[in-house]
Amino acid sequence: MMKNLYLIQLLTIFRKEFVRWSRIWIQTILPSVITIFLYITIFGNFIGERIGEINDLPYIHFIIPGLIIMPIISNSYMNVVGSFYSGRFQKSIEELFVSPLSTHVILTGYVLGGVSRAFVVGFAVYVVSLAFTDIPIHNMSLAIFLTLLVSVLFSILGFINAAYAKSFDDINIIPTFVLTPLTYLGGTFYSIYDLPETWQSISMFNPIAYMVSAFRYAFIGIEEMNTYSAVYMLFILIFLMYSLAIFILNKGIGVKN
Amino acid sequence: MTKYALEIEHLNKTYRNGVRALKDISLNVKDGDLFAFLGPNGAGKSTVIGIITTLVNISSGTVKVYGKDVTKDPEFTKKMIGVVPQEYNLNQFIPIKETMINIGGYFGLTKMQSTYKTQELFEDLGIWHKRDSTPRELSGGMKRRLMIARALIHNPKLLILDEPTAGVDTELRLTMWDFFKKLNNDGVTIILTTHYLEEAERLCKNLAIVHQGELVQNSSMSEVMSSRRKHTYIIRTDSNISNSNVFSGNMKIIDNESCEIVVDNKISITEIINAFNKNNINVLEILSKRNKLEELFIELTQS
Repeated sequence: MMKNLYLIQLLTIFRKEFVRWSRIWIQTILPSVITIFLYITIFGNFIGERIGEINDLPYIHFIIPGLIIMPIISNSYMNVVGSFYSGRFQKSIEELFVSPLSTHVILTGYVLGGVSRAFVVGFAVYVVSLAFTDIPIHNMSLAIFLTLLVSVLFSILGFINAAYAKSFDDINIIPTFVLTPLTYLGGTFYSIYDLPETWQSISMFNPIAYMVSAFRYAFIGIEEMNTYSAVYMLFILIFLMYSLAIFILNKGIGVKN
Repeated sequence: MTKYALEIEHLNKTYRNGVRALKDISLNVKDGDLFAFLGPNGAGKSTVIGIITTLVNISSGTVKVYGKDVTKDPEFTKKMIGVVPQEYNLNQFIPIKETMINIGGYFGLTKMQSTYKTQELFEDLGIWHKRDSTPRELSGGMKRRLMIARALIHNPKLLILDEPTAGVDTELRLTMWDFFKKLNNDGVTIILTTHYLEEAERLCKNLAIVHQGELVQNSSMSEVMSSRRKHTYIIRTDSNISNSNVFSGNMKIIDNESCEIVVDNKISITEIINAFNKNNINVLEILSKRNKLEELFIELTQS
């Protein structure tokens, strides 16, 4: 009976979130697809032809996994931070907190919303990339598994950001000043090992570099950083961030007085 | 043994900025009651409602809904209550029928159950024809009715209405009163906060008044009515009464043909008219300056 209740509640939040982003797909899906299309056109085709090969692979093959994971990160994050903060701003979030929902159900529902958008964007970007080059997936299950872990992590981070945000400016600070630099410096466009030693060492502290590397391994079978380390790191970060998000929800931070 | 829908004991709330919003409030609301919870702006009414609905944390004291502590068993409380907040808190971007289905889902109702209940409530409240509109496309009165419908989707036993008729026209207000009375007759306990004291006087059986975070009155409406010994009327006549002294000491001249009198509750309107007639003055109009609850409210909150 309780299981059924939780399932209905969870599916309701998920459906609400899924309908929200899919209804405005021109704002949520299309921009990422166009951006990545331009990246592949410019970096993959025009500049890539001059760069030649990295790790014995055409440059376009080298960058595509990173270009797929970039929108997966940003879309899962932005979906949850946008939706939850918008609810706080309109106060419609109170609907959730006056209902008999457990904090786990609320968080999981929002995370599933972010994950669903990340998967759709990731798939759309992959399809776009096929228009430029035939890139077979080395390990499909690992690619899906990593997409799941990465989108779960960044959905939770988006949730935490939304709980603390005091204005719409605050929901853009982390993506602009933290996520974007980490993503660009995460080895999407270059091999970490082509960097000077100091920058190589600094890159080892960039968690997104591990994610890009693991995703690249899943796609093209080339491993720059240990894939197991990336998976363990993702599990640990998800556990820590999930615990923090549940603490925030239980305390009612951003919602209760 | 009396069954209570709500029991509040020694409730205190101090916000982080140091504002002491509630000071040792204790009150009970009986199951089946239609209870007026009154007070001027900033008195603490919404804080009490926030605590009952678990949106505001308690500093000290206890609040029980149908015997269960709201902090210890919030899920039970949430299932039992429906709340219509003072401020609009609707998702502005989704059709209102979808909002209802979502809320139903939060309470464990299937989509079909929610849809059925939504139709019933929307038809009762006269907004079914707007089911595919977003809140942005609704008038103020329609938004109020939507919030009432939303609060009732899960058949709560206790309905909390925080100024539900604010900004609503007279005709709609009367319709809403009938709706509340019907709900109450069907067994739903209602706690009503309102600035329209006539509304509270007409609808409610019991009342509490809070002022500056303190409970200053908690009694039945009939006690309030019988406790008011004096009544103020405004009289309009057809003669110059500026120099007359029909009700010596209790009469205040407004203009040449109008005055305000304060009389004992036991004096009938006929007696008042006769008193003027004896002085060769015809009474054209007699109005009650304010209702008894209003008099009490002003007395308690302006002291």
